[in-house]
Amino acid sequence: MQRQVALIKQSLFDQGYLDEQFMELEELQDDANPNFVEEVSALYFKDSARLINNIDQALERGSFDFNRLDSYMHQFKGSSTSIGASKVKAECTTFREYCRAGNAEGCLRTFQQLKKEHSTLRKKLEHYFQLARQAGPKETARRPK
Amino acid sequence: MALREIASSSSPELHVLAVDDSFVDRKVIERLLKISACKVTTVESGTRALQYLGLDGDNGSSGLKDLKVNLIVTDYSMPGLTGYELLKKIKESSEFREIPVVIMSSENIQPRIEQCMIEGAEDFLLKPVKLADVKRLKEIIMRGGEADEGKAKKLSPKRILQNDIDSSPSSSSTSSSSSSHDVSSLDDDIPSSKRIKLESRVNYD
Repeated sequence: MQRQVALIKQSLFDQGYLDEQFMELEELQDDANPNFVEEVSALYFKDSARLINNIDQALERGSFDFNRLDSYMHQFKGSSTSIGASKVKAECTTFREYCRAGNAEGCLRTFQQLKKEHSTLRKKLEHYFQLARQAGPKETARRPK
Repeated sequence: MALREIASSSSPELHVLAVDDSFVDRKVIERLLKISACKVTTVESGTRALQYLGLDGDNGSSGLKDLKVNLIVTDYSMPGLTGYELLKKIKESSEFREIPVVIMSSENIQPRIEQCMIEGAEDFLLKPVKLADVKRLKEIIMRGGEADEGKAKKLSPKRILQNDIDSSPSSSSTSSSSSSHDVSSLDDDIPSSKRIKLESRVNYD
């Protein structure tokens, strides 16, 4: 079971969904805090759902306030970076470039892609954490010393 | 000075005030600090930080804090009061100006970094902040940090170094005590990327 968990995690890295920051977070887990990464992840998805909602509403209004959109995306990119959500972070960067270029079409397209990546990551991480919990603490809690 | 008192006690614990508008980042920085054996108070804005310290003008210096704050770590980009503005307010206060303030930012913007260092920031960390960053910071603070008279000296070596610094995302600006003449102390606990930069300016033979 633990091998399965390890393989899933490896594939998330290999496919570029997660980067080394996720590993840094796992290093912060220990016996007293075995679910730290899952907690951060839950916080991230709750927070990013709010941001997605705000951006959706701003885009639906039709008038593109690029400054405001960029500001939302700065937050989104920040928290995506902190959790190691590599693909989502990349879409945030692209979105911000379109904002700066005043390219509404580009923003819309990128946002659709971003929501897709976000949703995919959420499902994959939910699956991963569920299995990890079933497998027991040994695999995920690996802070040295 | 309070820092020296802490440094001399047997099992010192820093009380860190962490300021960040991001839920995720607050949780991460709190964990990083707790692992580094610090007491942590987190607030979500510069305004709340000032309230906590008692600098918001309402009730003098009593504030909400229960424990003396030994270090303030703040995000740069926050709505309302930015980290830079918070830094300024702290440095303008006679009661709190001695508290080291560290700025965190996801953006590696040299003028921004310089502006913060000139205003008296202890260090500038690039996000995502890593455990190594926090550990290094703690070492510096526990050693007594920078005395005010050392800060002027600290600025010039940093400017020279910043010409050499490439913007590698995992590194922050250097922050070790330039007023120290003890070369061996610079090598301890410094991640290798920073050691390379320090060695480029330390010429003690």
